Amino acid sequence: MKGSLIILSFFGIGLLGGYFDLFPNWLLNDDLTTYALYVLMLLVGISIGSDKGAFSVLRKMNFKVVLVPLTVIFGSLAGTAVVALFLNDITIQQAMAVGSGFGYYSLSSIFISKISGQELGVIALLSNIFREIFTLLAVPLLVRFFGKLAGIASGGATSMDTTLPVIVKFTGKDYGIIAIFSGIILTVLVPVLVTLILEF
Amino acid sequence: MTSYIVIFLFVVGIIIGRQLKDKEKTRKKVDKSVTYAVYLLLFLLGISVGINDDIIQNFSRIGYKALLLTFGAVAGSVLLAKLVYVFFFKRYQDK
Repeated sequence: MKGSLIILSFFGIGLLGGYFDLFPNWLLNDDLTTYALYVLMLLVGISIGSDKGAFSVLRKMNFKVVLVPLTVIFGSLAGTAVVALFLNDITIQQAMAVGSGFGYYSLSSIFISKISGQELGVIALLSNIFREIFTLLAVPLLVRFFGKLAGIASGGATSMDTTLPVIVKFTGKDYGIIAIFSGIILTVLVPVLVTLILEF
Repeated sequence: MTSYIVIFLFVVGIIIGRQLKDKEKTRKKVDKSVTYAVYLLLFLLGISVGINDDIIQNFSRIGYKALLLTFGAVAGSVLLAKLVYVFFFKRYQDK
């Protein structure tokens, strides 16, 4: 929660400064964003690769657990595709790209705005922040009505970090491992799926 | 093209990261740098949105679309999770 507020405020400061024309022109250079994105992705890769927990969790898992991230992928893509049918100014492809952020708003919004333009990037940023906030607030209810995987499913990629505490609290420690596993798989897949969906 | 380079760098990062498992200090620095890189990029995204009149004027419409997409993504995931739970997880637990 605190993390998303900080990130939103960086976005907000940029937005206000851009709107009131406060920044020098070189900051608007598109290449700067591209290179910063290259650096970010290399670092995110190193961060995931060097995480000791991440890979040992993967080794301990049995086949059934793979169903959990698959559930999130198919559920998110199907759900956003249905929503796109009711909105006339967004294509199914764009909607699914937003859905495949799985709550990982920082990376997915940067990525999507790079490929499809800022408007869809902003939609991805807001939509995936909403997903995290909603999960933080609603896990107890979701678990009661939709079973013990519901919190993990709603949290998507965030179930490995920001929403993990609430998930563990309301579904138990044994499901905590599943939450971390699912979160890791989805986090790794965000850039891959967004690219596949938008560039296909 | 950019996105393929990005994914390539991501994979290279994971491979490098595997070699750094026991370098606690380096890992902490990397995680810090990730945070700063994210701040920088969202700041830059903010600027490019701020100078884009189209987006500014349609902000409420954009927020509305974002909210509906969140609803779709969460509803789809949670409904499917219910099925998966009932068919694959619950049974084993009750035994």
